[in-house]
Amino acid sequence: MNPHRKIGDVILQAEAISLSFGGVKALSNISLEVREHEILSIIGPNGAGKSSMLNVINGVYHPQQGHVVYRGKTRERMRPHEAARQGIARTFQNIALFKGMSVLDNIMTGRNLKMRANFIQQALYWGRAQREEIAQRAYVEKIIDFLEIQHIRKTPVGRLPYGLQKRVELARALAAEPSMLLLDEPMAGMNVEEKQDMCRFILDVNDEFGTTIVLIEHDMGVVMDISDRIVVLDYGKKIGDGSPDEIRVNPDVIAAYLGGSH
Amino acid sequence: MEWQFFLEVLVGGLLAGVMYSLVALGFVLIYKASGVFNFAQGAMVLFAALSFVSIQAMGVPFWLALLLTLVLMVALGVGIERVVLRPLVNQPPITLFMATIGLSFFLEGLAQMVWGTDVHGLELGIADEPFDVAGVFISKFDLFAAAVCGTLVATLALFFSKTKLGRALRAVADDHQAAMSVGIPLKHIWAIVWGVAGFVALVAGLLWGSRLGVQFALTLVVLKALPVLILGGFTSVPGAIVGGLIIGAGEKLAEVYLGPFLSGGIENWFPYMLALLFLLVRPEGLFGEKHIERV
Amino acid sequence: MFYRESGQFKSSYAADSAIFTIAQDRVFIAALLALSFVAVPGLASDYLLSGILIPFLILSLAALGLNILTGYAGQLSLGSAAFMAVGAFATYNFMIRIPGMPLLLALFLGGLCAALVGVAFGLPSLRIKGFYLAVATLAAQFFIEWVFTKFSWFSNDSSSGVISAPAMQIFGYPIDTPASKYLLTLAIVAFMALAAKNMARASIGRAWMAVRDMDVAAEVIGIRMLRTKLLAFAISSFYCGVAGALYAFVLLGTVDAQAFDLHRSFQILFMIIIGGVGSILGSFLGAAFIVLLPICLNLLGQVFHGAISTQFLANLEMMLFGGLIIFFLIVEPHGLARLWQIAKEKLRVWPFPH
Ligand SMILES: Nc1ncnc2c1ncn2[C@@H]1O[C@H](COP(=O)(O)OP(=O)(O)OP(=O)(O)O)[C@@H](O)[C@H]1O
Ligand SMILES: [Mg+2]
Repeated sequence: MNPHRKIGDVILQAEAISLSFGGVKALSNISLEVREHEILSIIGPNGAGKSSMLNVINGVYHPQQGHVVYRGKTRERMRPHEAARQGIARTFQNIALFKGMSVLDNIMTGRNLKMRANFIQQALYWGRAQREEIAQRAYVEKIIDFLEIQHIRKTPVGRLPYGLQKRVELARALAAEPSMLLLDEPMAGMNVEEKQDMCRFILDVNDEFGTTIVLIEHDMGVVMDISDRIVVLDYGKKIGDGSPDEIRVNPDVIAAYLGGSH
Repeated sequence: MEWQFFLEVLVGGLLAGVMYSLVALGFVLIYKASGVFNFAQGAMVLFAALSFVSIQAMGVPFWLALLLTLVLMVALGVGIERVVLRPLVNQPPITLFMATIGLSFFLEGLAQMVWGTDVHGLELGIADEPFDVAGVFISKFDLFAAAVCGTLVATLALFFSKTKLGRALRAVADDHQAAMSVGIPLKHIWAIVWGVAGFVALVAGLLWGSRLGVQFALTLVVLKALPVLILGGFTSVPGAIVGGLIIGAGEKLAEVYLGPFLSGGIENWFPYMLALLFLLVRPEGLFGEKHIERV
Repeated sequence: MFYRESGQFKSSYAADSAIFTIAQDRVFIAALLALSFVAVPGLASDYLLSGILIPFLILSLAALGLNILTGYAGQLSLGSAAFMAVGAFATYNFMIRIPGMPLLLALFLGGLCAALVGVAFGLPSLRIKGFYLAVATLAAQFFIEWVFTKFSWFSNDSSSGVISAPAMQIFGYPIDTPASKYLLTLAIVAFMALAAKNMARASIGRAWMAVRDMDVAAEVIGIRMLRTKLLAFAISSFYCGVAGALYAFVLLGTVDAQAFDLHRSFQILFMIIIGGVGSILGSFLGAAFIVLLPICLNLLGQVFHGAISTQFLANLEMMLFGGLIIFFLIVEPHGLARLWQIAKEKLRVWPFPH
């Protein structure tokens, strides 16, 4: 058994988060906790507020009420790049790759945080700039191997099929060596085989690096399979929170899911 | 006396602002319906005015010349849509914008190649003489221009809210799918909008042309309309009007009260700075709604 | 046949991320540099140097500057000429107000001033985007033009507002012949082009492109928007500033705000659209195209001797530029640089069709 797999203490608490856009209440009074090394899934029907929750966690949206405590620190109106500095990385529901760049450059961008050379050193490609570029490239190659995308290294991302783009986006997030990884529907639109691959990657990341994972996914089979814990949202409210076995028998969840669109 | 002078400057500025709004309106129409920031609107204004005076110079009577120019402008608008914009559909907005910069050069060259580069006078029969309203002098021509703009805006507003075609045009702005369900193909709608924009360019060209003389400098009115647009927003007709008034009044007041301290000539940049400062405080513009990017 | 990469294996990441990964490319660029540094100044006529090569090089530098901001960082600017003006006037003032000021230092400081002004006008980019920002850069264009025409302090209180540039020398060597001016320009442009290429392939270049392609994702990955955008404005304006100073000192011999009007800004924008947005090579190709087209048209005018008026040619030139912009945007949005690349790919596998 890998030592990382032992689920640790709570590292992130969202406390009484409320967020609305104009008249639309995307999240109302949501609290949830994330523990170190666990895989937490957030599920719920379309428009339930799942993506909004991730956006609040890494500072893309700022809630009108409530706040997020990460590793003991309460943050107020934090910018996304600060969340990245604290070790939170993510992928997006609608692929958000850098379209004009190659796969390699996309993933290298994920390592920008680790680079310290100033722009003059970079302009001269001299000293630290050169050393860093080569060292970070080596790390990126490890990720490329890990996700089995060696053959498309130099391809512009725009030319890749959907499934591979999703994989490259995961690679870019992993390149930042995050301690917490937020994945917004990483398997949407994939065929069974691609889904299996993606599941394997997620489990491997969690297992090998001990990365805490917060996952949004619609495929119940996958969710029940890989999650340690599940949070259920519906119309911006939390209606369930517990282990997969608990969620399976939660009457509110069953009502919302089976009675609703699914 | 002091406040009277102030009032005179203010009214003069507001009336000039209406003329800016008129050009800005052409931008808004096209932007609303097709998402294109048409930098060539200024060139279209020149093209319209130059065509009109040249046709008139051939001995064609006023109204017939007006009609012929209108036909020409609508044809031009439709042609632009066909040749330039349709192949660029689904390109990023910045690409379309750059294409219209190219278009503006093309049209300026074309207009002058066909109609020549001489400065023409344009007489609409309204003398540009002052006119006394309770001790405040107002230019008759400015008043006339404002009235024309007012009529045009009212007509467009009615057209957009009362006619089926107008509603379809508005729907295009909000939702392409919905527009299609009205039963008018998208490309027809775009052609129509470009035609209407050609018409607005004609009106602006006549008013501005009789003010400045019909010459190359007419294309520069586009530079007056841009600050109006960033102030009022690219999608709002009321924004274009109110923005025009603010820019017009602000510019004239600054010229009179600030100009002497800055050794004059500030009218080129002042509207831009005014609009820019405003945007820094309120990035969504005058009438825009706060918008949070969805991810 | 000779343009092959077979047999050339990259054994390190350093080799794989070099600027020219194919040996033939390295040979080609070395030959080109040798030709332009050694052969051209000796063989080329004064007209070729002053009328074509020097303007080409200087405008390439300005296009590089705009390409950094617009092509790489995705911030459309319609005010590049204004930053050229700042560079020109600042360099001029450093030269005449500080006795014994070395030329290269003055150029550098002039660029630095342009960079500072660029940062000031780049500040709004944090709150406003797209068209709104493009229009805001026009504020820079008009404001700066006005400052330099209205305040005679900048032109050393000369009555006409047009001032002739002081004589130039480097390490005691006078820069007064076309050949020496050409060499000075070439050296500066070559060095700055290399620096631009290096930045483009390093982390700062990736940060720029990330902001350009998807700003939210860029910020989420840890890129600081403020720093990245302002750095793009600063470096871009530095390039434009140096180009402006060279334009005034080396090409015109006078420092004149009229040389840096809105028309110049558009000219530089056209260069990058035709040459290739987001391409270092494209900046050069676009500048070459824009410099050569009017010359070719003039030749055409001379051939038809008198039958074509200069007015006609001027209008034809406008139509051609405008038409070409549209043509390139529709047919090849990546410009001449992409055509060049495609040609190279073809050559790689020639004579075997693929
Ligand atoms: N940036 C935004 N501006 C306006 N409304 C928004 C924005 N982001 C989300 N919303 C609204 O908030 C609500 C929740 O959206 P959210 O994207 O969080 O749902 P979701 O659970 O991720 O749904 P899905 O399964 O469809 O992805 C929706 O009604 C949505 O329209
Ligand atoms: Mg979602």
